[in-house]
Amino acid sequence: MSKVDSHMAASARPKNPSESSEAQSGEPLHGRHAAGSGPGGGAAAGFDEHEVLHHLAHFLPSQAPLKDFIHHNTLHAFQTERFHEGLAHATASLGFRTYLSFEEFRALHANGTIRDDVLGRVLADHLPAGEVDQWRQWMLGRDFGATRPPRLGQLRAHWKRDYRIDLDSQVHPLLFKIVNSYLDQGIAIWHFPIWNRGFLESIREIERGALTSLFNRPRARQLLLDEQTTLPQLLALLVGDSRYWEQYLFDQQFGHPGWSGMVAVLETQPAGLIDRRKVSLHDLVMLELLLELDALDRQFGSKWKPLSERAGVEPVDVMGQTPMEERDRALMFWQEAYEWSYYDQVLAGLAAQRPQDPAAGSAPFQVLMCIDDRCCSLRRYIESVVPGAATYGTPGFFGIDTYYKPAEGLHVTKVCPAPVTPRHLIREVKTGGRHTADVHFAKHSHGVFSGWFISQTVGFWAALRLILNVFRPTATSGTALAANHVGVDSELTVEHTGETENGLQVGYTVAEMAQRVQAVLTSIGLVRDFAPLVYVFAHGSSSINNPHYSAYDCGACSGRPGSLNSRAFCAMANHKAVRALLAERGFVIPERTVFVAGLHDTSRDEFHYYGIPALPQEHRTEHERNAHAFEVALDHNAKERSRRFENIDSSAAPEEIHELVRLRTVSLFEPRPELNHATNSLCIVGRRALTEHLFLDRRAFLNSYDWRVDPDGKFLLGILNAAAPVCGGINLEYYFSRVDNQVLGAGTKLPHNVMGLVGVANGMEGDLRPGLPSQMIEVHDPVRLLLVVEHQPHVVLATIRTNPATYEWFANEWVHLVVVDPVTRELQRFRNGEFVPWKPLKPDVPVARDLGRRIESELGNLPVMQLEGGAR
Amino acid sequence: MSALQIALLALVAFPFAAFLVSLLLPANAEKQLSALAGGSTALHLIGTLSFVAWWLSAGRPAIDVREAVLYKSEGYEFFLDLYFDGIGATFLCVGALLTFLISVYSRYYLHREQGYKRFFNTILLFYFGFCSTILSGNFETLFVGWEVLGISSFLLIAFYRDRYLPVKNAVKVFSVYRVADVGLVLVMWLSHHMWKANITFSSFSSDEYVHELVSHHSGVALAIAGLLILAAMAKSAMFPFSPWLPRAMEGPTPSSAIFYGSLSVHMGVFLLLRTMPFWDHLWQARVLIAGVGLVSASLAAPAARVQSSIKAQVAYASIAQIGLIFVEIALGLETLALVHFAGNAFLRTYQLLVSPSVVAYLIREQSYHFVPKEHTVEDSIPRRLEYTAYLFALKEWSLEPVMYRWFWNPLKRLGMGLEFMTAQRVALFVLPVLGLGGFLALNREYVPQGAAAWLPLAFAVFAFVMMLKAFTERMGVRRTWILIVVGHLWIALAVAFNERVHVDELVMYLSGVLVAGAIGFASILRLRELEGDVNMGRFNGFVARHPKLATVFLLCCLGLAGFPISPTFVGEDLLFTHLHDDQPLLAGIVSLAFIVDGLALVRMYARLYLGPLDGAPSGTAKRSA
Repeated sequence: MSKVDSHMAASARPKNPSESSEAQSGEPLHGRHAAGSGPGGGAAAGFDEHEVLHHLAHFLPSQAPLKDFIHHNTLHAFQTERFHEGLAHATASLGFRTYLSFEEFRALHANGTIRDDVLGRVLADHLPAGEVDQWRQWMLGRDFGATRPPRLGQLRAHWKRDYRIDLDSQVHPLLFKIVNSYLDQGIAIWHFPIWNRGFLESIREIERGALTSLFNRPRARQLLLDEQTTLPQLLALLVGDSRYWEQYLFDQQFGHPGWSGMVAVLETQPAGLIDRRKVSLHDLVMLELLLELDALDRQFGSKWKPLSERAGVEPVDVMGQTPMEERDRALMFWQEAYEWSYYDQVLAGLAAQRPQDPAAGSAPFQVLMCIDDRCCSLRRYIESVVPGAATYGTPGFFGIDTYYKPAEGLHVTKVCPAPVTPRHLIREVKTGGRHTADVHFAKHSHGVFSGWFISQTVGFWAALRLILNVFRPTATSGTALAANHVGVDSELTVEHTGETENGLQVGYTVAEMAQRVQAVLTSIGLVRDFAPLVYVFAHGSSSINNPHYSAYDCGACSGRPGSLNSRAFCAMANHKAVRALLAERGFVIPERTVFVAGLHDTSRDEFHYYGIPALPQEHRTEHERNAHAFEVALDHNAKERSRRFENIDSSAAPEEIHELVRLRTVSLFEPRPELNHATNSLCIVGRRALTEHLFLDRRAFLNSYDWRVDPDGKFLLGILNAAAPVCGGINLEYYFSRVDNQVLGAGTKLPHNVMGLVGVANGMEGDLRPGLPSQMIEVHDPVRLLLVVEHQPHVVLATIRTNPATYEWFANEWVHLVVVDPVTRELQRFRNGEFVPWKPLKPDVPVARDLGRRIESELGNLPVMQLEGGAR
Repeated sequence: MSALQIALLALVAFPFAAFLVSLLLPANAEKQLSALAGGSTALHLIGTLSFVAWWLSAGRPAIDVREAVLYKSEGYEFFLDLYFDGIGATFLCVGALLTFLISVYSRYYLHREQGYKRFFNTILLFYFGFCSTILSGNFETLFVGWEVLGISSFLLIAFYRDRYLPVKNAVKVFSVYRVADVGLVLVMWLSHHMWKANITFSSFSSDEYVHELVSHHSGVALAIAGLLILAAMAKSAMFPFSPWLPRAMEGPTPSSAIFYGSLSVHMGVFLLLRTMPFWDHLWQARVLIAGVGLVSASLAAPAARVQSSIKAQVAYASIAQIGLIFVEIALGLETLALVHFAGNAFLRTYQLLVSPSVVAYLIREQSYHFVPKEHTVEDSIPRRLEYTAYLFALKEWSLEPVMYRWFWNPLKRLGMGLEFMTAQRVALFVLPVLGLGGFLALNREYVPQGAAAWLPLAFAVFAFVMMLKAFTERMGVRRTWILIVVGHLWIALAVAFNERVHVDELVMYLSGVLVAGAIGFASILRLRELEGDVNMGRFNGFVARHPKLATVFLLCCLGLAGFPISPTFVGEDLLFTHLHDDQPLLAGIVSLAFIVDGLALVRMYARLYLGPLDGAPSGTAKRSA
């Protein structure tokens, strides 16, 4: 899920930094720099250090350390531009691949995935009538040639070309090792000797104290030890003319975007590390420049000219704008045609629905789940196993905006959306231990003598463990088990009793609780006809050997399982005083209604329940019956999921498949415990009645919303403020990791090596690899999110205009927006700032007659289909 | 031949057969490939365990199988030989179990990965190399396995051949292996002279015989021991070769686990154990081994402590243990060393396999137990030492740059200094001199008196210079290839002038060189036809576009590099028998030429066919990734 990145704040800055910074050039730096600089020490005119570093940080990958893997738009920095323009810009400047290739698009067209009529409509929409035929031919046959080399990297390439020196291979290994050692959260046994002072200062202190040096020649060492040394001074020595500096820094830092991005993230969010470090992009750049200077000194002595004097090229504005070329436009048309070929089915399906409200009081129970696309099929199965059961979707933190501190834990962890800064804390008290030590991870096995003993004893035990795990996988201490997040029998400090801890209010007051309960229930339209049992299922995911495990948990809970939230929500909703207060406000929850908290383990397809023993007997009996039905639904859900796993025979009985699915989550050798959000493409905000008879193939985020409860869009605003960045962020991260897995994704995870617990790299000397590994995105179709809202267009328009950050997603088309008018049933598409009527090209929706068979036999995406009777 | 002997032979032949079959399967046949790998390693494990049980019940006899005489002439016999005893039994059991487990493990782990077939091909090839090394009965056979291990290691490190770092590190590791190889080649050469025959390891078992020989030839014996230790050090990543091990962890995790966590890295240990009866008598060798082990353990342990990348940490921890195993071997504690080897191999394999879990495990531990440290900075003396030691450990004792500065870079600079050697000049000089040399070699009577003594040396130097030039060449592909082929001709000439050489011996050697040379040259021409003017200034990654051509070229490189059991290899071994044991300089230069030759070829293959391809359909990763 997306954080609302710094790009919001940064988006106001002018696009061309050299223009803006001219006026406010850093005079003090300039003065000192002129004094201290060597050759080429011209004026630092136009170079504003702070501005340039900020600019740079804005474009670097902004992925947090592994423990808080949070999905976000990989190209967030380009979001101030229209989608296609931003993508073309990113390609021209930084060399990213931002679309599928022409070959892939043409193959999709040939096999009918991209429909010819849709392509025609896209071309007609974008082009004057006279050009359409020409373009249609080009789309199918013209060779648009290779992309032009990006502007990035051109200046620094001159080290190799003109100086015959491979600076990167001399500098990177040591640089990465130092940064990694400094940030390390617990892999190294002997950690960085000084870490509380800031990155450069710590290195300086070690360099000062040590009898050896990081450097080979005295000059770099002296420059480091001299606290007066400035960035412009080093740039003047290395690069010379200040007009080249910004370009040089882009080239340099984008040479290893992984580490630079991590440093930039930790600079603004130091809480990303439990063991905090003071790092800054400035310090990283300083160290790199010093190491480069040292490498040059070693190779050429002290006599070498700065880069700008020998390169013989003019400086280039790396991030400058470029107009879209024909190649970019062709890709844009393909992408639009690809997307609308799919959306057309979806919208035809939605347009064909005639939503009917269920009879009042008919639901045997109600279920709240996360909007997560992984819940999409499970809700369908629950509804079909228990006719009348009503399911709702809402962001999986259930409005509980809090920090959480587990019973044996020493630290608080945030369990609500990343942009929210909670004021509350919920503590877990009294639980059995759940953290078991494992000698194979033990550090003394790396010592000389302890290792001598361990390798001859535990070594043989390891062989046994390996045999067992290969043939009979079971959970071990290395498994990330979702159910361990909150103990089953523990108590939570949900209610505030006057206590605070580190400035956080422990628990919620009755009024605060009532407000949250009412808000969540109102936003999903559950305001009357409460069933005796209302289940609130959070979700989390269990996996082993998976450094990205937190990406599999709930995005709305900052990459944690949501069980704390569901438990807290139910505690609040069951609270007598809360009920009384709500009733006073006219929001009546009948006394016999009980909220039951649960956790859906999405990789294992298991439910865990909380507080069952405390249920009244009557409810408990009912619950047992329901739990049995849930089991059946989960079996079927596992079976549907298994169709994407080639190694599982999906025609087997659901229970058998379910067992195999569970086995995957504890198998060391299984890189795909689940496929997470792969194939996500839709977000539907509306009543369940709008989608309950549609087969959406687990591709939709479903946010329940009843426009009649919220005629003026008050709750809709809250929903869209979250849904656009959260679902859009997930969707775009999958998009970009899929289209450029080598640069914007993390590549295959099979060789990954964990670096300092903050990230993964290939091998020992590689840069960090942000983005998603290929195993997560291989089945994903890179299409943008289509967000559909069931409400009147003018209300939706007014709502999205309220928040500029949210509006940007739609206005620049990083997310498509379509409204289903609940009165007229008409579709309207948001385009260029207004809603315009939209009719599906192919309005008929196929009926899912052979769904069961298709689930057993097909691997690829299935079309949108009308379910007949039920989902089974 | 006894039943035990036949069974032993089958244990070596079986993995090779599995490897050959695996080559025939289609690339996308995951099921068949994994069934073949899992099935054959399972059978091999069962076979191994039954064999060992049988052997134990037969009273643990040492088994020697003399097989396949490949070449025979007067006073020289090149034959393959197998040998089995307790050392072989231990290595075989550990290897068979781990290879089987890794094969099953990788079946799922590698699912859908590009190169699924290549992975299992290489694993099976590796396993064949492993079996033939540990079951070898003489140095020639051991060398066959040893080389197979080397090349399969190279291929697995460069498994992700479309990225820069794996390819770079694969070449780096190969270059260290090459040092070990030449150590072994020289061992073979010296032992021919010492024993006047191709000795078998079974002959070591006669204690008096070895003792007598060693005391008669103490200088040669010491040299042999020294070279054996050098080979063992390089292969087991002892000081100063250690940094290759963590850098080898570029392939899929299970392959790193089995190769560099367990089997490959203990090959030095095996070599020492296998040759123990020989160097046992030399106190200098024992001191040296113990010293190397101690130094390695004490340098690797701090390096492991400061590593903040999990695989590198396991690698250095493993090196430290192997250092201790060296010490145990030096002390004669053979059984302890074997137990230690097995334990270390299992432990590190498992630790590497579960290494991705470290995040979930340690972060949980951190959130439950972490307390921010209180920083107290007290008196400066210990702090100075602490910082100093930390920096040394972090920089891995600067072994990498030191190796570069004192070995590779001078070699390269030397090669760069040969810029004057343009194609024409080389041709103008080489052709007449080669022709004359060839003529004189056949008609010795024309050789001027006095010249005969230094001519071999001069030719060997020419060979070395050619190879060196090939090693540093950046541009011309054809030129490089020709330089290497011509380099081999110089070597032939050097040897021919050194001693009367049978024509058929030279033919043996040159047939390998010329056939591989001609086919390789043709494949280069074909590549130029397809890709235009290619150069070697960078990695080109053409394997993605021309996989078949790449395979042909790789085979030619192996043929030219004297990969067993190519004619070149037998020829090389033969040629060495014609160098006298009082000619260390000549032998040194020839072997140096062979080192550089192998390097130049692997570098050439890597630069032409591996690395990122321009305009690759799936995109190209950053160079730093």
